[in-house]
Amino acid sequence: MCGIVGLYLKNPDLRSKLGHLFAPMLMEMTDRGPDSAGFAVYRDGAQNAKATVYDADEHFDWDAIASEMTNDLGFAVSVSRSSTHAILSAQSDADTMRRWLVTHHPEVRIMSTGSTLEIYKEIGLPVDVMDRFGVTQMSGSHMIGHTRMATESAVTTEGAHPFNTGADLCLVHNGSLSNHHGLKRWLSHDKGLVFQTENDSEVAAGYLSWRLSEGASLSEALEAALKDLDGFYTFTVGTKDGFAVLRDPVACKPAVMAETDDWVAMSSEFRALARLPGVEKAKVWEPKPATVYSWGHG
Amino acid sequence: MMREIDLTEGDIRQLNRILQRRDGNEDANFTVTNPMGRHALAAGLMHDIKVQIDGHVGYYCGGMNKHASITVDGNAGVGVAENMMSGLVRVKGDASQSAGATGHGGLLVVEGNASSRCGISMKGIDIVVQGSVGHNSAFMAQSGHLVICGDADDGLGDSIYEAVIYLRGEARGLGADCIEKEMTDDHRATLKGLLDRAGIVADAQDFRRYGSARQLYNFKIDNVGAY
Repeated sequence: MCGIVGLYLKNPDLRSKLGHLFAPMLMEMTDRGPDSAGFAVYRDGAQNAKATVYDADEHFDWDAIASEMTNDLGFAVSVSRSSTHAILSAQSDADTMRRWLVTHHPEVRIMSTGSTLEIYKEIGLPVDVMDRFGVTQMSGSHMIGHTRMATESAVTTEGAHPFNTGADLCLVHNGSLSNHHGLKRWLSHDKGLVFQTENDSEVAAGYLSWRLSEGASLSEALEAALKDLDGFYTFTVGTKDGFAVLRDPVACKPAVMAETDDWVAMSSEFRALARLPGVEKAKVWEPKPATVYSWGHG
Repeated sequence: MMREIDLTEGDIRQLNRILQRRDGNEDANFTVTNPMGRHALAAGLMHDIKVQIDGHVGYYCGGMNKHASITVDGNAGVGVAENMMSGLVRVKGDASQSAGATGHGGLLVVEGNASSRCGISMKGIDIVVQGSVGHNSAFMAQSGHLVICGDADDGLGDSIYEAVIYLRGEARGLGADCIEKEMTDDHRATLKGLLDRAGIVADAQDFRRYGSARQLYNFKIDNVGAY
């Protein structure tokens, strides 16, 4: 079992409250996944490219990595630390930063790269993980989160969700895939994707990133996923300006959605949505199997 | 006299203890407010009482119900009225998957839509859905009635035993061993009775009946070579 939640703000006036609205949602899913928790936040920064990187050592020398990157690539890279994570930002493009990190520091764990996306994840109860990174203070346009009860792979920070393989896309997954080994081989060998974990959900994120890089919209990428991915899944996916939900055709893994003029939210269970402002008047529904739901530039 | 229980800070075990009258109360009318999508509300009730729940509920609401009449003024999560023995559970909104699963008796009314696996393995419960139902509804249904006023998604009545399905709209597909059967006046009378009990206005003439072709009941000797 796992718990997933997502909150996409339609009303920009609410952006300063994003973390405040999101934190109780993820907290409510603790029972579904007490092993580890993670979340993605989409927020603008002073720079247009950023990489969220991780090391278990909170005193890891990220400044050294940043200055090496600055020297090699010729643009200034700044560092902002948050516990075990750090955000490396630059006026550049995130793919360049990812490629450089993969080539020069393969030991560095890249949580995400993109222009607005940041991903934070850790082992432990959702409440502790969120406290560690100050979620309630976060502002932004949308957030996606996951509470994990591991089945496919080990309880490690790397195995926690959300997953990103580049270009602002992130994915959380409740379920388990059955054809991810073959798909991973194909994406690695034929399409040049680099995976960092043994997790099946990372393959789904990689697959969608590849589809987007080929020019598909998020909706088109998810339609294609219905054909190419086999297994059980409820996915919630974010892009820089899009938000989408997809369930497999059997739809064993739960999902519920709610929408008002101000926001769209999804969760594994309604109780995670029960405290959102205006939920009593919201349209509340269960997403249908094998049907793509998307908002923004989906 | 109506007794109100606010669940904003309330404990579910405490609520169910009161509704099961295990604290010795003899109240017959309850309203539960602020359910907040929490699970197992009004589960295991054993007496002829009325319970109104104002808002959306989580999983297994009204599960194992005996005698009580429970109304959910909102949507219900997975497994509403699962394993119900008798009484009434009414959902004014939509019901999630496995509504009325394994129910032995009583009546479940869903005024909105029910999603997949509605009435899975039902054993005598009657279920009336005013809207449509999702895939694999009445899967392995053994007895009782499933009335669907809207449409049914794929795999309706897969591996069904002796439960009876009445469908007004279209089935996207019938499951293994489920077939359309003749609708006699007796069936129309039974259906009218179910609709009346559910308080749902629909003409029994507009429905078709589905049930088991009984081809999966016994081992076929032709298949012996597979072993």
